[in-house]
Amino acid sequence: MTALTVPARPDEDGARLRPVPWRRMAGVTWRQHRFALAGVAALLGALAVWLWIIGTPLHHAYAVAAACHPASSPACQKLADTFNGMDDLMAGATTPGGVFLQLVPVLIGAFAGAPVLARELETGTFRYAWTQGFGRWRWALAKLVLLGALLAAATGTVGALVSWYYQPYFAPGNQALYLNEMSPFATLFTLRGVAFPAWTLAAFTIGALAGMLIRRIVPAIIATLAIYAGLALATGLYLREHYLTPLLTSNPNVPGTAWIISNWSARHGKFAYAGNPPDILLNRFCSSLPAGPGKAGISPQAFAQCLARHGYTQWTSYQPASRFWPFQGIEGGWLLALSALLIAATVWLVHRRAA
Amino acid sequence: MNVVEASGLGKRYGATWALRECMLEIPAGRVAALVGPNGAGKSTLLNLAVGLSVPSAGEVTVLGGRLAGSPAALDGIAFVAQDTPLYKNLTVADMIYVTRNLNRRFDQPYAQARLDELGIPLKRKAGKLSGGQQAQLALTLALARRPRLLVLDEPVAMLDPIARHDFMATVLAAASADGVSVLLSSHVLTELERVAGYLVLLSRGQVLLAGDVGELLATHGRASLEELALRYLRENLPAATR
Repeated sequence: MTALTVPARPDEDGARLRPVPWRRMAGVTWRQHRFALAGVAALLGALAVWLWIIGTPLHHAYAVAAACHPASSPACQKLADTFNGMDDLMAGATTPGGVFLQLVPVLIGAFAGAPVLARELETGTFRYAWTQGFGRWRWALAKLVLLGALLAAATGTVGALVSWYYQPYFAPGNQALYLNEMSPFATLFTLRGVAFPAWTLAAFTIGALAGMLIRRIVPAIIATLAIYAGLALATGLYLREHYLTPLLTSNPNVPGTAWIISNWSARHGKFAYAGNPPDILLNRFCSSLPAGPGKAGISPQAFAQCLARHGYTQWTSYQPASRFWPFQGIEGGWLLALSALLIAATVWLVHRRAA
Repeated sequence: MNVVEASGLGKRYGATWALRECMLEIPAGRVAALVGPNGAGKSTLLNLAVGLSVPSAGEVTVLGGRLAGSPAALDGIAFVAQDTPLYKNLTVADMIYVTRNLNRRFDQPYAQARLDELGIPLKRKAGKLSGGQQAQLALTLALARRPRLLVLDEPVAMLDPIARHDFMATVLAAASADGVSVLLSSHVLTELERVAGYLVLLSRGQVLLAGDVGELLATHGRASLEELALRYLRENLPAATR
């Protein structure tokens, strides 16, 4: 068999080598990850179409109801009822649609992020990739930044669509519409604005680092799901409410759009009880009211007023709805910082870690 | 110039030393064979030379003093790892594209002509090629980078005799016609007989013997490389266990 010969090349001793340009990684990354990216695109595309299909009639119903004058007329009430009744497809985070949207960041993170390095390590192709002239840490950095940016841009689009879908519910000046009383801080917080792509990016970088550390795809995916769940729960339950110092008020009529952090009552400047008034107090001071707590017909406000007459002040700490965007900025900011840190750690491991 | 130079080189995995006190000077322009039984430290030494792993002790330089794994070293070395890892779901054309874009130099006409000659279709996925074709593809990609040093880790262990012969013919052509230095590891001694001009004998993480094959045979009065290696490994096994 004849073998072709390799042409000689000029010797380059001493000459400082110009590194392979960064932009070359764009095509390399695309060829290697096009199936994963196509999968993500199909998933997000289907979500976008679905949001558009259910969002268009919603916006229409809202526009008709909001334009109706006078708002108290039976005809307008009927239109408002139509709008309020359309809330079935994605009301909050408890419907299948809302739950699925909540899972999108972690699904993308786990299934697109974890294999990026774990597959190379599991199949041994890192021995090929890390010995090419591009250099291994540059290879890892280019790939992670590129994929992360693509995923964040794609989920950012879907996040904007979710914001659009919910616009009528949070629009100012639709006081006649019942859903205006919904807090924008309810679990929808992570589905809108910058939080959605930021959580996706965080999940992706968690997946990449887990893949680098664990070196096997399936365990890395499982670890990513677990770590993400822990982080998302900790953020929702403990962290988010502390982004800004809550406002404090003794006015019992806190706006319904506010996110109530806690409420308690004090008497003569001393803490009395947290949350709802205990039965013993109500029986002592408010037995004249027609029914006990929790029974039908008596609002909590009525009890609060009754107890206020006996020297109890009800305090409420809350985050006003106007803080929605500052909170989005804070959450997006720290998630972006976390993602940058995780990418840096992953790249450092690729650079340092013995194979 | 030496293509690989090691001094006091050691690599430890946990408590065991895979390579100890390794002293080595492999000259350029040769086909050097790294020979030794399984677990002798052949792959460890090659991984250190191509910069995939970091020494626990000592240092290793390549291509005349470039630190292994440095950009200048990566640029001049092409490595074909054991079992010739390729992206199985990429086509041959994509593998060419990826390799071309990950390196400063890539001889596209050479790669295409070579694959054409081997009858490897560009549209076939790398994972669907036969073992021999996968090895040839990996070798072609490595040679198209026009390296000054080609490092091969157990390149023919998984191949049938014909594929083995074809593979080594390509390696030899690159070495003799283009002056590419070659460092390859193998435990198949008969295969090395025709190709190796320089021998490094490893056992239990230590270099037992290194030098020009012709000189070594003359000095030790042996007829063949196989005989020399076997004799030497047998003699030195008890010493290493002691």
